[in-house]
Amino acid sequence: MSGYRTPLGRVRGLGSAKHGVGGFIAQRVSAAALVLLTLWGVYAALSLAKANYATAVLWLHAPLNAILMALLIGVGVFHMRIGMAEVILDYIERPTTKALLLTLNVFAAWLAGVIGVFSVLKVALSSGIY
Amino acid sequence: MSEAPAGRPTPKASDRPMSPYVTVWRWHLTMATSILHRVTGVALYGAALILAGWALALAAGPGAYDSFRLILGSPLGKLVLIAITLSLFFHLANGVRHLVWDFGSGFLPKTADMTAAAVIVFAVAATMAVWVAAGMMGALS
Repeated sequence: MSGYRTPLGRVRGLGSAKHGVGGFIAQRVSAAALVLLTLWGVYAALSLAKANYATAVLWLHAPLNAILMALLIGVGVFHMRIGMAEVILDYIERPTTKALLLTLNVFAAWLAGVIGVFSVLKVALSSGIY
Repeated sequence: MSEAPAGRPTPKASDRPMSPYVTVWRWHLTMATSILHRVTGVALYGAALILAGWALALAAGPGAYDSFRLILGSPLGKLVLIAITLSLFFHLANGVRHLVWDFGSGFLPKTADMTAAAVIVFAVAATMAVWVAAGMMGALS
Protein backbone atom coordinates (compact mmCIF):
# COMPACT_ATOMS: atom_id res chain seq x y z
CA MET A 1 0.00 0.00 0.00
CA SER A 2 2.81 2.37 0.82
CA GLY A 3 4.08 1.79 -2.71
CA TYR A 4 1.32 4.01 -4.06
CA ARG A 5 2.29 7.02 -1.95
CA THR A 6 4.09 9.91 -3.57
CA PRO A 7 7.51 10.90 -2.19
CA LEU A 8 5.91 14.07 -0.78
CA GLY A 9 3.18 12.04 0.91
CA ARG A 10 5.76 9.83 2.56
CA VAL A 11 7.79 12.65 4.08
CA ARG A 12 4.83 14.81 5.22
CA GLY A 13 4.80 15.12 8.98
CA LEU A 14 8.28 13.70 9.41
CA GLY A 15 9.70 17.06 10.44
CA SER A 16 11.99 19.52 8.76
CA ALA A 17 14.17 18.88 5.73
CA LYS A 18 17.17 19.25 8.09
CA HIS A 19 18.33 22.37 6.28
CA GLY A 20 16.91 24.85 8.77
CA VAL A 21 20.10 25.30 10.73
CA GLY A 22 22.08 26.46 7.69
CA GLY A 23 21.19 30.12 8.12
CA PHE A 24 21.58 29.90 11.87
CA ILE A 25 25.13 28.57 11.62
CA ALA A 26 26.10 30.95 8.78
CA GLN A 27 24.89 33.87 10.91
CA ARG A 28 27.06 32.79 13.86
CA VAL A 29 30.16 32.02 11.80
CA SER A 30 29.98 35.39 10.01
CA ALA A 31 29.34 37.06 13.38
CA ALA A 32 32.57 35.57 14.75
CA ALA A 33 34.51 36.90 11.75
CA LEU A 34 32.85 40.31 12.06
CA VAL A 35 33.92 40.68 15.71
CA LEU A 36 37.48 41.06 14.44
CA LEU A 37 36.70 42.71 11.10
CA THR A 38 34.51 45.49 12.53
CA LEU A 39 37.03 46.29 15.27
CA TRP A 40 39.62 46.69 12.49
CA GLY A 41 36.99 48.73 10.60
CA VAL A 42 36.72 51.22 13.46
CA TYR A 43 40.52 51.51 13.54
CA ALA A 44 40.54 51.98 9.75
CA ALA A 45 37.84 54.66 9.92
CA LEU A 46 39.86 56.55 12.54
CA SER A 47 43.01 56.33 10.42
CA LEU A 48 41.11 57.59 7.38
CA ALA A 49 39.08 60.31 9.14
CA LYS A 50 41.48 63.06 8.10
CA ALA A 51 42.64 61.50 4.84
CA ASN A 52 42.05 63.28 1.55
CA TYR A 53 41.56 61.41 -1.72
CA ALA A 54 45.26 60.76 -2.42
CA THR A 55 45.95 59.54 1.13
CA ALA A 56 42.91 57.24 1.06
CA VAL A 57 43.96 55.74 -2.29
CA LEU A 58 47.48 55.18 -0.96
CA TRP A 59 46.00 53.56 2.15
CA LEU A 60 43.95 51.15 0.04
CA HIS A 61 47.03 50.30 -2.04
CA ALA A 62 48.40 48.43 0.97
CA PRO A 63 47.41 44.79 0.32
CA LEU A 64 46.44 44.13 3.96
CA ASN A 65 44.09 47.12 4.00
CA ALA A 66 42.49 46.11 0.68
CA ILE A 67 42.05 42.49 1.74
CA LEU A 68 40.54 43.36 5.14
CA MET A 69 38.28 46.03 3.60
CA ALA A 70 36.99 43.57 0.97
CA LEU A 71 36.40 41.00 3.73
CA LEU A 72 34.63 43.55 5.94
CA ILE A 73 32.27 44.52 3.12
CA GLY A 74 31.74 40.94 1.88
CA VAL A 75 31.18 39.29 5.26
CA GLY A 76 29.23 42.35 6.43
CA VAL A 77 26.63 42.19 3.65
CA PHE A 78 26.43 38.39 4.03
CA HIS A 79 25.62 38.77 7.75
CA MET A 80 23.22 41.69 7.27
CA ARG A 81 21.26 39.80 4.59
CA ILE A 82 20.57 36.95 7.02
CA GLY A 83 19.62 39.33 9.83
CA MET A 84 17.30 41.45 7.69
CA ALA A 85 15.60 38.33 6.28
CA GLU A 86 14.95 37.27 9.88
CA VAL A 87 13.39 40.64 10.67
CA ILE A 88 11.21 40.54 7.54
CA LEU A 89 10.04 36.99 8.27
CA ASP A 90 9.16 37.99 11.84
CA TYR A 91 7.19 41.17 11.18
CA ILE A 92 5.72 41.05 7.66
CA GLU A 93 2.57 38.94 7.41
CA ARG A 94 1.31 39.54 3.86
CA PRO A 95 2.90 36.87 1.62
CA THR A 96 3.37 39.18 -1.39
CA THR A 97 4.92 41.98 0.68
CA LYS A 98 7.10 39.43 2.45
CA ALA A 99 8.34 37.89 -0.81
CA LEU A 100 8.96 41.33 -2.29
CA LEU A 101 10.97 42.55 0.72
CA LEU A 102 12.96 39.31 0.96
CA THR A 103 13.88 39.67 -2.72
CA LEU A 104 14.80 43.35 -2.33
CA ASN A 105 16.95 42.36 0.65
CA VAL A 106 18.91 39.85 -1.44
CA PHE A 107 19.29 42.39 -4.27
CA ALA A 108 20.48 45.15 -1.92
CA ALA A 109 22.99 42.89 -0.17
CA TRP A 110 24.50 41.54 -3.39
CA LEU A 111 24.54 44.96 -5.04
CA ALA A 112 26.28 46.60 -2.08
CA GLY A 113 28.69 43.68 -1.78
CA VAL A 114 29.68 43.58 -5.44
CA ILE A 115 29.94 47.39 -5.74
CA GLY A 116 31.98 47.58 -2.53
CA VAL A 117 34.42 44.76 -3.32
CA PHE A 118 34.79 45.78 -6.98
CA SER A 119 35.54 49.38 -5.94
CA VAL A 120 38.11 48.24 -3.38
CA LEU A 121 39.83 46.07 -6.01
CA LYS A 122 39.72 48.84 -8.63
CA VAL A 123 41.47 51.28 -6.30
CA ALA A 124 43.86 48.70 -4.86
CA LEU A 125 44.98 47.31 -8.22
CA SER A 126 45.24 50.57 -10.15
CA SER A 127 48.49 52.49 -10.19
CA GLY A 128 49.70 56.02 -10.73
CA ILE A 129 46.49 57.95 -10.08
CA TYR A 130 48.20 60.82 -8.31
CA MET B 1 -12.23 20.87 10.21
CA SER B 2 -13.79 19.01 13.15
CA GLU B 3 -16.67 20.38 15.23
CA ALA B 4 -16.00 22.03 18.55
CA PRO B 5 -16.87 19.86 21.60
CA ALA B 6 -20.48 20.18 22.72
CA GLY B 7 -21.19 22.97 25.17
CA ARG B 8 -18.02 24.81 24.20
CA PRO B 9 -18.19 27.59 21.61
CA THR B 10 -15.72 27.50 18.72
CA PRO B 11 -12.77 29.69 19.73
CA LYS B 12 -12.42 32.83 17.65
CA ALA B 13 -9.05 33.71 16.17
CA SER B 14 -8.80 36.65 18.58
CA ASP B 15 -9.18 34.30 21.57
CA ARG B 16 -6.21 32.17 20.63
CA PRO B 17 -3.19 32.33 22.91
CA MET B 18 -0.58 34.75 21.67
CA SER B 19 3.10 34.78 22.40
CA PRO B 20 3.97 37.44 24.98
CA TYR B 21 4.65 40.88 23.59
CA VAL B 22 5.85 44.23 24.92
CA THR B 23 2.35 45.21 26.03
CA VAL B 24 2.06 42.28 28.44
CA TRP B 25 5.58 42.21 29.85
CA ARG B 26 7.01 44.51 32.45
CA TRP B 27 9.85 46.49 30.86
CA HIS B 28 13.23 45.06 31.81
CA LEU B 29 16.86 45.27 30.83
CA THR B 30 17.26 41.96 28.95
CA MET B 31 14.19 42.81 26.87
CA ALA B 32 15.66 46.20 26.03
CA THR B 33 18.96 44.66 24.86
CA SER B 34 17.07 42.09 22.78
CA ILE B 35 15.09 44.79 20.99
CA LEU B 36 18.17 47.01 20.67
CA HIS B 37 20.04 44.13 19.01
CA ARG B 38 17.43 44.17 16.24
CA VAL B 39 17.27 47.95 16.00
CA THR B 40 21.07 48.34 15.85
CA GLY B 41 21.27 45.48 13.34
CA VAL B 42 18.89 47.32 11.02
CA ALA B 43 20.88 50.53 11.56
CA LEU B 44 24.07 48.70 10.61
CA TYR B 45 22.38 47.65 7.36
CA GLY B 46 22.49 51.34 6.51
CA ALA B 47 26.07 51.53 7.73
CA ALA B 48 27.12 48.73 5.36
CA LEU B 49 25.51 50.59 2.46
CA ILE B 50 27.43 53.75 3.48
CA LEU B 51 30.67 51.72 3.61
CA ALA B 52 30.03 50.37 0.09
CA GLY B 53 29.30 53.99 -0.92
CA TRP B 54 32.66 55.04 0.52
CA ALA B 55 34.48 52.46 -1.62
CA LEU B 56 32.44 53.49 -4.67
CA ALA B 57 33.25 57.18 -4.12
CA LEU B 58 36.96 56.40 -3.77
CA ALA B 59 36.89 54.33 -6.97
CA ALA B 60 34.95 57.06 -8.79
CA GLY B 61 37.63 59.70 -8.25
CA PRO B 62 38.69 62.81 -6.30
CA GLY B 63 35.49 64.79 -6.99
CA ALA B 64 33.17 62.05 -5.78
CA TYR B 65 35.39 61.32 -2.77
CA ASP B 66 35.46 64.97 -1.69
CA SER B 67 31.65 65.16 -1.97
CA PHE B 68 31.35 61.97 0.08
CA ARG B 69 33.65 63.39 2.80
CA LEU B 70 31.72 66.67 2.79
CA ILE B 71 28.41 64.86 3.39
CA LEU B 72 29.77 62.59 6.15
CA GLY B 73 31.64 65.52 7.72
CA SER B 74 28.54 67.71 7.92
CA PRO B 75 26.78 68.00 11.31
CA LEU B 76 24.06 65.59 10.15
CA GLY B 77 26.71 63.23 8.74
CA LYS B 78 28.58 63.27 12.05
CA LEU B 79 25.34 62.53 13.90
CA VAL B 80 24.73 59.53 11.63
CA LEU B 81 28.34 58.36 12.17
CA ILE B 82 27.95 58.64 15.96
CA ALA B 83 24.75 56.59 15.77
CA ILE B 84 26.56 54.03 13.62
CA THR B 85 29.47 53.84 16.09
CA LEU B 86 27.06 53.31 18.98
CA SER B 87 25.07 50.70 17.02
CA LEU B 88 28.25 48.90 15.99
CA PHE B 89 29.68 48.62 19.50
CA PHE B 90 26.31 47.58 20.93
CA HIS B 91 25.65 44.96 18.24
CA LEU B 92 29.24 43.72 18.53
CA ALA B 93 29.17 43.29 22.32
CA ASN B 94 25.63 41.92 22.42
CA GLY B 95 26.52 39.63 19.52
CA VAL B 96 29.35 38.17 21.60
CA ARG B 97 26.77 37.73 24.38
CA HIS B 98 24.59 35.80 21.93
CA LEU B 99 27.57 33.63 20.89
CA VAL B 100 28.19 32.77 24.56
CA TRP B 101 24.50 31.87 24.91
CA ASP B 102 24.83 29.57 21.88
CA PHE B 103 27.30 27.53 23.91
CA GLY B 104 24.68 27.18 26.63
CA SER B 105 25.96 29.52 29.32
CA GLY B 106 24.99 32.90 30.69
CA PHE B 107 21.24 32.24 30.94
CA LEU B 108 20.74 32.76 34.69
CA PRO B 109 18.54 35.87 35.12
CA LYS B 110 21.16 37.54 37.29
CA THR B 111 23.94 36.83 34.79
CA ALA B 112 21.81 37.90 31.83
CA ASP B 113 20.93 41.18 33.58
CA MET B 114 24.56 41.81 34.42
CA THR B 115 25.83 41.13 30.90
CA ALA B 116 23.01 43.28 29.46
CA ALA B 117 24.14 46.21 31.60
CA ALA B 118 27.77 45.53 30.71
CA VAL B 119 26.97 45.58 26.98
CA ILE B 120 25.23 48.97 27.27
CA VAL B 121 28.05 50.46 29.34
CA PHE B 122 30.65 49.10 26.89
CA ALA B 123 28.79 50.46 23.86
CA VAL B 124 28.54 53.97 25.33
CA ALA B 125 32.12 53.98 26.67
CA ALA B 126 33.67 52.65 23.44
CA THR B 127 31.70 55.15 21.34
CA MET B 128 32.87 58.02 23.55
CA ALA B 129 36.47 56.75 23.37
CA VAL B 130 36.42 56.58 19.57
CA TRP B 131 34.96 60.08 19.18
CA VAL B 132 37.30 61.59 21.77
CA ALA B 133 40.19 59.95 19.89
CA ALA B 134 38.87 61.40 16.62
CA GLY B 135 38.66 64.82 18.26
CA MET B 136 42.20 64.58 19.65
CA MET B 137 43.45 63.64 16.18
CA GLY B 138 41.85 66.82 14.89
CA ALA B 139 39.53 64.84 12.62
CA LEU B 140 36.36 66.60 13.75
CA SER B 141 37.15 70.11 12.57
